[in-house]
Amino acid sequence: MNKTNLVIKREYLTRVRKKSFIIMSILGPLLFAALMIIPGWLMSLENKEMRTIAVVEYSTANKPVPDSLMLFKDVIPETAYLRFTYLPSTRLETLRHNFEESGYYAVLFIPQNITYAHQAKLYSTKQPGLEVKNHIESAIEKYLYNLNLRKYDISLDVINNAQTNITVQTIKWTDEGEKRSSTGLSMVVGYAGGFLIYILIFAFGAQVMRGIVDEKTNRIVEVIITSVKPFQLMSGKIIGIALVGLTQILLWFVLTFGIVQGIESYVYNQKIPDVEQLKPQDILSTEMGGVSKNAPQEQAKQELPSNIAGLDDILVKIKSLNYTKILITFFFFFLGGYLLYAAMFAAIGSAIDTETDTQQFMLPITIPLIFALITMGYVLNTPESGLSFWLSIIPFTSPIVMMARIPFEIPVWQVLLSGIILYLTFILMTALSAKIYRTGILMYGKKVSYKELWKWLFYRR
Amino acid sequence: MDLFVAENISKRFSNHLALEDVSVIIPQGSIYGLLGPNGAGKTTLLRIVNQITGPDTGELFFNGRKLKADDVYNIGYLPEERGLYRKMKVGEQVVYLSRLKGLSKNDALQKSKYWFEKFQIEDWWGKKVEELSKGMQQKIQFIITVLHEPELLIFDEPFSGFDPINANLLKNEILDLRNQGATVIFSTHNMSSVEELCSDISLINRSKIILEGNIQSIRSQYKSNTFKVVFSDDQEKLTKGLTDSFSIVEIKHKQGLNEALIQLNVGTGNELLKNLVSLVHVISFQEVIPGMNDIFIQVVEQSNLAA
Repeated sequence: MNKTNLVIKREYLTRVRKKSFIIMSILGPLLFAALMIIPGWLMSLENKEMRTIAVVEYSTANKPVPDSLMLFKDVIPETAYLRFTYLPSTRLETLRHNFEESGYYAVLFIPQNITYAHQAKLYSTKQPGLEVKNHIESAIEKYLYNLNLRKYDISLDVINNAQTNITVQTIKWTDEGEKRSSTGLSMVVGYAGGFLIYILIFAFGAQVMRGIVDEKTNRIVEVIITSVKPFQLMSGKIIGIALVGLTQILLWFVLTFGIVQGIESYVYNQKIPDVEQLKPQDILSTEMGGVSKNAPQEQAKQELPSNIAGLDDILVKIKSLNYTKILITFFFFFLGGYLLYAAMFAAIGSAIDTETDTQQFMLPITIPLIFALITMGYVLNTPESGLSFWLSIIPFTSPIVMMARIPFEIPVWQVLLSGIILYLTFILMTALSAKIYRTGILMYGKKVSYKELWKWLFYRR
Repeated sequence: MDLFVAENISKRFSNHLALEDVSVIIPQGSIYGLLGPNGAGKTTLLRIVNQITGPDTGELFFNGRKLKADDVYNIGYLPEERGLYRKMKVGEQVVYLSRLKGLSKNDALQKSKYWFEKFQIEDWWGKKVEELSKGMQQKIQFIITVLHEPELLIFDEPFSGFDPINANLLKNEILDLRNQGATVIFSTHNMSSVEELCSDISLINRSKIILEGNIQSIRSQYKSNTFKVVFSDDQEKLTKGLTDSFSIVEIKHKQGLNEALIQLNVGTGNELLKNLVSLVHVISFQEVIPGMNDIFIQVVEQSNLAA
């Protein structure tokens, strides 16, 4: 058997058998699944509760107004979970005093000077959600707007006819036709992908470094190096850990999918037409390669009342992303980025004696990676800009930045170009690192400088 | 026949010359001592033999032909700075390292088992290395060095850290391996083990070989014509009666007897003995053969003065 293969096998098996690997493989998916399910679950819990908000109105003289003088009665429309009760001649203090027993979610205080002071107040013992606040604001705004227009003798019909509600739908032209898309969703997926690659490069690159420092401080390297060439040992370690990384990620995807599917089917067996539950689980099943949803879910969808059309819209958008492509590029750019940085981590590991010495050489690794992470915000906003293009071509930032751009359906040639440059740079970097490595692993007790590393590049064997 | 020959090896690192025109001939079946102070270049030479680094100039021959990459399978090296994977199981580790030396999985398993039985350490097989004491780890390292049955064995300070019992065990194993046909290079500062084991030596100081050859001829070459005599009479009888051919280097009282070191200015040991017998009651008489320790110090100091 080839000696590099033996090294790969050892590196892989010793790591995969470790307790920490097994724990991470289980904890990771639990965490991911929780991240996907819990927000949706919380939302569904909150939404099901019907809430009543008491509305009191004060005159400009700061007195509660009787029913006949209420200007804002029935102005704010009810929603599926919000109801408004208009209380004439009621003092705010009274409500406050009896708030706990009254069962009101909040008290909306509207002074009649709102027409020029533009301010109402929402009192509650809890922090009311943004949705509630927005709903009230827009209702009063609209009412006052109409009121103002009517002052100019414009009839209600005219106002109603003039009012339009515009939404801009983003639609992508693809070979299969038109697809509804979501810029917001692309941003989320892009950011998640880029960030995950950033974390994984650090995590597994550091394992390469630690492994090398370990062999060096153990002095086992002195024994191994008589039977294996330094390059074989280094590349064996890098490849072995790469396989560990790929295994881990694959396990994460499969297990996360499994967990979420399990919870999903459990939830649907419990209460079929509960629409709110649809959201998070569906996001995932589509992410996992568009696995067809199970039957109860289809039924549930057909029974959707019309006010759920918005949700349906979200689902279509979620499906609009090409997850197979995103997953393939994820693996491809994780591997390329890891290999490039692992070679640098290996060179550093060989040059130092203990892990605490790493700091001085970490800058060339951390700066481009952190830079890539910082630029991701810019790239996500302007994925087609020149800077975004170059950041996704330069190999030191491309694994992260390209992942951020991928959900925006960038041209294939850019992905290929970026990939080719990344892998070529990795080969070059490995060749350079190998030169530092073979000198470094046999140097002990010497404080090494960058100048020294530079010299090692030119040492003869 | 010579198993290993290094001809005119030089090796320079960026700012110092590690080896300068070093030639070494290692006869087949010998135990060859590679001596020298710290930093003299021994480890560099051993690394060149192991093809860890290459020489700048000079040539290396193994079994009469040029040293090639595959020859590492025929060399076993126990470095001075040695270690094991601490978290790996002992048995797995031995098998892994011997497979890197070219053994098949079955051979590696079979031979590891043989050595574990021989050293009666079968129950260590499934333990992690970090559970073993330093001496135990060194036994494992020894097994790893010899397991693939190489023709050339290289031990760099093999006895350091061993207790006397294990050191003796190790010494006997080395002698056994030599008797079975292996050639041994032995690098150490322990001169008594050199005298005990080595047939030939090279002494390296400041990148150069300053002394080499058969250990017996080196020792007799460094004889200073000094004799030690133990006698039971008064010291004065000796000091007054000795002829001018001989001079007393040292004389002392020791455990009720007297002991003198006498150097020959002219003449032979027999003539000295004749002279002594006529003067005092001689209890023992022997020529002083210098130990490797004295030769080492003397030669290295001379060479340092000359430099």
